[in-house]
Amino acid sequence: MLLANVLIIDATDRLGWLAGRLLADLGADVIKLERPGSDRASSQWRAANVNKRIVELDRAQPADRDHLDTLLENADICLLTPGASEAAADLDPDALRARYPRLVVVAIRPFGRLGARSAWKGSDIEIMAAGGAMALAGEPDGMPVRISEPQSYAWAGAQAACGALIALHKREATGCGDLVEVSAQACIVTALSHAPAFVDLLGIEPTRAGAFMTGRSIKGARYRVFWPCRDGYINFIFYGGVAGRRTNEQLVAWMGERGAELGALAAIDWKAWDATRAEQCEVDAIEAPVMKFFAAMTKREFLIEGHRRGMLGYPVSTVADIASDPQLDARAFFQSVAGSAERFCGSFAVIDGVRPPLRHSPGEMVAPSVGAGLKPAPTNAAKRAGTSS
Amino acid sequence: MTAVAQALAGLKVLEFGGYAAGPHIGKVLGNFGASSIHVESRERPDGFRIQYPPFKDNRPGYNRSGCFAFFNDSKYSVTVDLKKGAGVELAQRMAQWCDLVIENMRPGIMDRLGLGFAALSARNPRLVMLSTCNMGQTGPRADQPGFGSQLSALAGLCGVTGVADGPPMLLYGPYIDYIASLLGASAAMAAVFRARRSGTGALIDLSQYECGLMFMGAALHDYFATGRVSQRCGNDDPVAMGAGALAADAHFASVAARRENKQRIDARIAGWTQERTAQKAATCLQAAGVAAYPVVTMSGLFSDPQLAARRQFRVRRHPEMGDHAYCFPGFDLADAPGDISGPAPCVGADNAFVFRDLVGLSEAEYETYRQQGVFD
Repeated sequence: MLLANVLIIDATDRLGWLAGRLLADLGADVIKLERPGSDRASSQWRAANVNKRIVELDRAQPADRDHLDTLLENADICLLTPGASEAAADLDPDALRARYPRLVVVAIRPFGRLGARSAWKGSDIEIMAAGGAMALAGEPDGMPVRISEPQSYAWAGAQAACGALIALHKREATGCGDLVEVSAQACIVTALSHAPAFVDLLGIEPTRAGAFMTGRSIKGARYRVFWPCRDGYINFIFYGGVAGRRTNEQLVAWMGERGAELGALAAIDWKAWDATRAEQCEVDAIEAPVMKFFAAMTKREFLIEGHRRGMLGYPVSTVADIASDPQLDARAFFQSVAGSAERFCGSFAVIDGVRPPLRHSPGEMVAPSVGAGLKPAPTNAAKRAGTSS
Repeated sequence: MTAVAQALAGLKVLEFGGYAAGPHIGKVLGNFGASSIHVESRERPDGFRIQYPPFKDNRPGYNRSGCFAFFNDSKYSVTVDLKKGAGVELAQRMAQWCDLVIENMRPGIMDRLGLGFAALSARNPRLVMLSTCNMGQTGPRADQPGFGSQLSALAGLCGVTGVADGPPMLLYGPYIDYIASLLGASAAMAAVFRARRSGTGALIDLSQYECGLMFMGAALHDYFATGRVSQRCGNDDPVAMGAGALAADAHFASVAARRENKQRIDARIAGWTQERTAQKAATCLQAAGVAAYPVVTMSGLFSDPQLAARRQFRVRRHPEMGDHAYCFPGFDLADAPGDISGPAPCVGADNAFVFRDLVGLSEAEYETYRQQGVFD
């Protein structure tokens, strides 16, 4: 395991759950603090807290406070959502750093630690709005929309995990912990790709494009992305470049083999066609016959034949489609903990040819004495100094 | 001002590939002090340099792309022609020097080039290699090419975006690539951690598809547990309808009643918000303890007070594009803060520095490679 002998105390609420899950997938021993009687039945909780172990804490009890102190003395990383976790609402990032100087403390907040709005409340929809994602999703003349499955907590957790390991790298070299400050709002900005660069470089405001892609043609043409098919939608875009040329050629060949009407497609020389310079009327003309062609096929048919032809494009999947995808089955992506039938996304990376198995069912408890005997591995700095921290 | 050593000072990262999923990893690590080197060739530069606007002054050019710049600050660019044997030899030498290789080519290409993990780790046992692609290195569709904007649809993300009776909605750009790049950065750092402790490198097989599914984990768990298929539902949030000032009205007195009368609630709230600016409405609601935030536009990101407080966008001077803004990650370290250490590099701009000063080629070696056209 990559993070063998790394102990992580996870005192987060949903804003930070995924951070601990990702680090557990990489081999860390992640101990999640929970208040006795907390709700652990939801899919949100179980999917993000599998592979961790649980310690129930009642911070009013002296024995529980001592237990937590022992855990933190031995821990490498502590994940916090300050003020939000019922099990550890009084854990202060600065106080933890002062008490445990080699600890990497990760503090995840909706809108960061700095600024006049740092204490503002935020759930998924507010964080997605604040980070700019909702300004880019939805119909051009409709309301901004968020992704219906909450994403902001995952973005915050993913960046928190990355920050934690960067700080751990430094700790290995110096022996000193650090404080990783995470703003969920700022984490969303990463998801916007290069949209902010249009404002900065050209003074152009990217907006919601609905089911179309904009910003690819310097002539302002928009390209259809979602095409209705027999059982849902297909995602296909007329790309330029080498990969786009092959896809476009294959599509026209496929349509020809099926006897489909080619219309304006028949006259296009894909070697010369440039997606960045196409006018809207040209795009409309080549998209019209494709609309008819895709309307008659299923998502799975497009997936299989598109792959066979080396084309770019995918169907718009539901979770049911995903659950039966042979590609994921071949890679054993969905996993259960030994002895349980409950299924989860498995560890996200395959390391040296092996997907690390899920080790702990969500809610698996740690015996109260665990932690007392834990000793951290010495840091590289300590090794050089001939000491053990 | 006191100089502070950055967290990843001394970490050497080599990137083969382009677009977002690979290069964004090197950028983030570069933001925290790693020496990230982006390998291209003049014949096949990073696709982000030429295929997508915005370009400075709307004039395309290798060194005028805002899209490339956004994900390649804080790193070096070198040109190595991997079609030449001497180019491959130079790349192998660079891999001996570095800690981490990131590649996002199609499966098998690095092996065919002589740059696969087996070949490189034989010379550098501590080497970590991260291979990231659409489907992962194995499986029946491992060879399928793809861009992140479309892969986001396969991973279910587009299908759950939009209103219930409308089509799926596009997520701007290759949304899933940034999920994969962040998860990949964590996997890479974990592998470097082990390599530093044990001397053993690692090969990380990262499927961008699978990474995206980690952000759909709850919906997939729900499907496996109950058979429920998550659907797009606009901005409805079943847990967000707590009781409030409207609770005295019988239409809104219980959760069930509020769900039944959702349209009435929406109309009442819309009537209130339409009389206020977004900033005013959000401030008012937050003062009352209600979560709210304006829908921030792309231009609004540059003036948002929270993002400004943490210097989310930092202007650097680019040789051809002039002063323009770069984006910082969503996290920072208190004692060893990251930064945008430099603008995105022009193609091949750092050949001399990287090959002579970092990799350690002699003047004669450098000149020989140059004469062989390796830097073309």
